[in-house]
Amino acid sequence: MRKQFCEAMLDRSASNRLIFLTGDLGFMALEPLQAVLGKYFVNAGVAEQNMMSVAAAMARQGIETWVYSIAPFCYARPFEQIRNDIAFHGLPVKLVGNGGGYGYGVQGPTHHAIEDYGVLLTLPGMFTYVPVFDEDLAAVIPLMGRESGPSYLRLGRGEPPKGFSVPEYAPWRQLTSGGGKIVIAVGSLASSYIAALQSLPSSVCPNLWAISELPLSKHPFPESLMDQIKSGAGLCVAEEHVARGGFGAEVALNLAERGVHVGSFTHFSARKHLYEAYGSQDFLRRRSGISADNVLAWATTS
Amino acid sequence: MKLNAKTLNRVKQRLLQMHFEAGVGHIGGNLSSIDTIMLIHHEYLQSEENKFILSKGHSAGALYVSLWSIGLLSDQDLKRFNREETNLPAHTPISGIPGILFGTGSLGHGLSLAAGTALAKRLNSDSGHVYCMTSDAEWQEGSTWEALIFLCHHRLANLSILVDHNTLQGFGSTDSVASMNSLADKLQGFAVMIHSVNGHDLEAIRSALDTPSAQPKLVILNTTKGHGVSFMENQMKWHYLPLNEEQYKQALREIEAAE
Repeated sequence: MRKQFCEAMLDRSASNRLIFLTGDLGFMALEPLQAVLGKYFVNAGVAEQNMMSVAAAMARQGIETWVYSIAPFCYARPFEQIRNDIAFHGLPVKLVGNGGGYGYGVQGPTHHAIEDYGVLLTLPGMFTYVPVFDEDLAAVIPLMGRESGPSYLRLGRGEPPKGFSVPEYAPWRQLTSGGGKIVIAVGSLASSYIAALQSLPSSVCPNLWAISELPLSKHPFPESLMDQIKSGAGLCVAEEHVARGGFGAEVALNLAERGVHVGSFTHFSARKHLYEAYGSQDFLRRRSGISADNVLAWATTS
Repeated sequence: MKLNAKTLNRVKQRLLQMHFEAGVGHIGGNLSSIDTIMLIHHEYLQSEENKFILSKGHSAGALYVSLWSIGLLSDQDLKRFNREETNLPAHTPISGIPGILFGTGSLGHGLSLAAGTALAKRLNSDSGHVYCMTSDAEWQEGSTWEALIFLCHHRLANLSILVDHNTLQGFGSTDSVASMNSLADKLQGFAVMIHSVNGHDLEAIRSALDTPSAQPKLVILNTTKGHGVSFMENQMKWHYLPLNEEQYKQALREIEAAE
């Protein structure tokens, strides 16, 4: 999504004065933005704590401020700066983390971000965008640019099957339909399920929903999804994020508080950082049990 | 208007009164920094474009009475210092107080906030100057050095750093915990104009601040923790302890006598 991110930022910068800070990352992706923004593109160096506080101050002075790094370096090292200087002050700094989840694959666990939005959503006023498709960026960047408080964008990799018609961006989208169970998947992980679920007969094909903005309170369940859940067909929430602080827990709590009986509830989540072997994003998804094969197996088990 | 000794003395008494009535410590570091904080607020923030960021948020008391002395806080505000439902907590608040740009308290944030403010002002073609006060122990925070590298790289000449060098920190002296003696030597090599002055000598501080510089400025304020109160001076415990009535009266007498 980096290419589409850069294109969307170029579009935004054409009509909005903004500053873009990067933690020394963006090679082979952000050069066009650097060229256009000139002095408003600041490589803040390998110093993420300083970068976040600088960003807070920039936003406090009324400048639209974007901060970019790879996802783990974006939220983990400088968490206190994000908390104290950005979130406590309600400043509209836009945080962008590339390669969320297992996006950096065999680069190893220091480069994985499987607790990013859970951690950040503990902060006051914070919203998170988790695009499903590369095409979503054109819609997400203007939305994020208009946020009046802090926000975080988790960039991943859209994986729709060839020939799939990507639906127009919306916080909730139904990607497959059928007479089967219900799957809610967060962000680009949802796109990786489409081909597998479409291969099933219509009678058992799950209703796959993708969510692209968190928390749930910002965009509650669409009515049609709620009707499906209430049917008791069985609900699975899948995310490339650890269970604690994840979307699955938020969904379960929300439904429990509302007294909604879902029949069966399953949560597919990333394993905590316990690795007996390393590998690609797909490998790590399989090891976590959140791959398309895992969802396919769940969908066809009565 | 030029800050005079009488006003400064009166505000120090108000600081002691506020801390005594609230039963709050951190008095030592307030007394080491209040001369400069007062000077900045009375003489260097006339333009609204100029900003002050207190990175050593535990000296909030000195900042509050300085804001009181220029009419931005009332006696009623000070009476509520550190009480329930107060707008004046022990470390600077997030919002709601004119003259306080950022809430601080965790060390190692303020200099980056000041650098970002200074860079934003430059990008906005705003002529304002940014003053940031850090503690000396705060230079043990890696983020403070990140900020220094950044502000030097960007040649933020509209930024002045004030280091309250009282040589005492939370659980020992700065020399015994993590010595950087001398801090001025450690800072040599950065593109920053360094001054080292008596932090209780207003003329010396003015002279350092008024020296023209094409680089960011860093003023090491050689100060005494608990300055002006004999039983507090250079005593680490006055980082923490509140005053009892007898101590309060003695401290007031000593401050008054210094006028």
